[in-house]
Amino acid sequence: MNDKNNDLIDQKLQDLNNDGVDRRGFLKCMAWAGTGLVWTMSGGIPSSRAFAKGRGKEAGKGMDFSFVQISDSHIGFNKPANPDVTATLQVAIDKINALPQKPDFIIHTGDLSQLSKPSEFDTLDQALKGASAKQTYFVPGEHDMLADNGEQFLQRYGKGTKGSGWYSFDHKGVHFVGLVNVANLKAGGMGSLGHEQLEWLEDDLKGRSASTRIVLFAHIPLWTIYPDWGWGTDDSEQALSYVKRFGSVTVLNGHIHQIMQKVEGKVSFHTAMSTAFPQPAPGTAPSAGPMKVPADQLQRVLGITNVNYLVSGRSLAVVDSLLADSGSPASGSGSGAGGR
Amino acid sequence: MNRKNAWIARFTASVAIGIALLVAGSTTVKANDQSAANAEVKIDNFVFGPQTITVPVGATVTWTNKDDIPHTTVSTDGVFKSKVIDTDETFSFKFTKAGTYSYYCSVHPKMTGTVVVQ
Repeated sequence: MNDKNNDLIDQKLQDLNNDGVDRRGFLKCMAWAGTGLVWTMSGGIPSSRAFAKGRGKEAGKGMDFSFVQISDSHIGFNKPANPDVTATLQVAIDKINALPQKPDFIIHTGDLSQLSKPSEFDTLDQALKGASAKQTYFVPGEHDMLADNGEQFLQRYGKGTKGSGWYSFDHKGVHFVGLVNVANLKAGGMGSLGHEQLEWLEDDLKGRSASTRIVLFAHIPLWTIYPDWGWGTDDSEQALSYVKRFGSVTVLNGHIHQIMQKVEGKVSFHTAMSTAFPQPAPGTAPSAGPMKVPADQLQRVLGITNVNYLVSGRSLAVVDSLLADSGSPASGSGSGAGGR
Repeated sequence: MNRKNAWIARFTASVAIGIALLVAGSTTVKANDQSAANAEVKIDNFVFGPQTITVPVGATVTWTNKDDIPHTTVSTDGVFKSKVIDTDETFSFKFTKAGTYSYYCSVHPKMTGTVVVQ
């Protein structure tokens, strides 16, 4: 983490503290949609910067471990703008395999499938077998719970999980929590965690030292991005109240098929691109349906998220990178959560 | 037949014809109602349209998904529940009891609608 980035982080934190919503930063984040961005975790200050060519090796230096987030593969989707979502998932996996540092594992933040079909899950499993990281942690998206209230998903990916598929695990000192906010959704509402899961979460976090780095991941954003489109989770505030005492919290979500970031105190929120198709920015289209882009532009709006964790440093670095190899218009910027 | 009787006969006949017509008419209307009562709801851009429809008892409502994303149609009080409705697929339900039926898409619960059966 160089000084320039730290300055940017400070600047951004200041902006955020002043008015709660950093407009400039928000617009900047919007400009990132379809660009590369790496998160680097350094001891409680999550930050991000563009994943540019030639910086990959540098980014890999001194990392204690890294993992990759992929999301919204929608295997089975076959309409514009992406008639071949299996191919773009494969490109994402190739991208993972080309990372300078082999990730310890992959997190898939849901919507593995389009219609919860066994054949769709099979295709995803088959593709992931080719990934350099052999372990993948999943949480379901609403598309994975379509046919059978998630039975199929739970059978395949939910062994040892609680309720509709939530769980936690520790990896090299970081506590990861996979949450399910797509089950038993109420009419008129957004995503929902539900009472049982919230109780479990409170209990799961109880007794952990405040210095424990926490990573929460779930399909639908755990912060309200755009209620009109249901882009938020009705009871996420309660969940977030349980993590407030921790020095570093990173929240990784999918669902909205574009990069959005927000920092609130020590909590840093991030949504990933899809490996299948883009969705419009909030309110810019009549609905949240798939955004149609020219074929040669598609891989510029799809991507993966690489998360580097530095035990010795002070931040978690999250880098989103496009499936498209070149021509990324991304310019880096820091965003940080204070590890105060 | 005197004038009065003739008038009564004519009147009775016309009333009878009138009633016959009425009966026939109401039958026809009823038959028409039955088919006209069947209503269509389009799912387009994550919206049920029309959002509220009113149909007579016995009507069948058919939902058609015009989106590129699958939806469902689920009654909030468990009266009906569709399977996944993928693009251009339909789901139909016959309403045999009067009442107000609220429903939503269990995948995108912001999508809500109402069927009024009367």
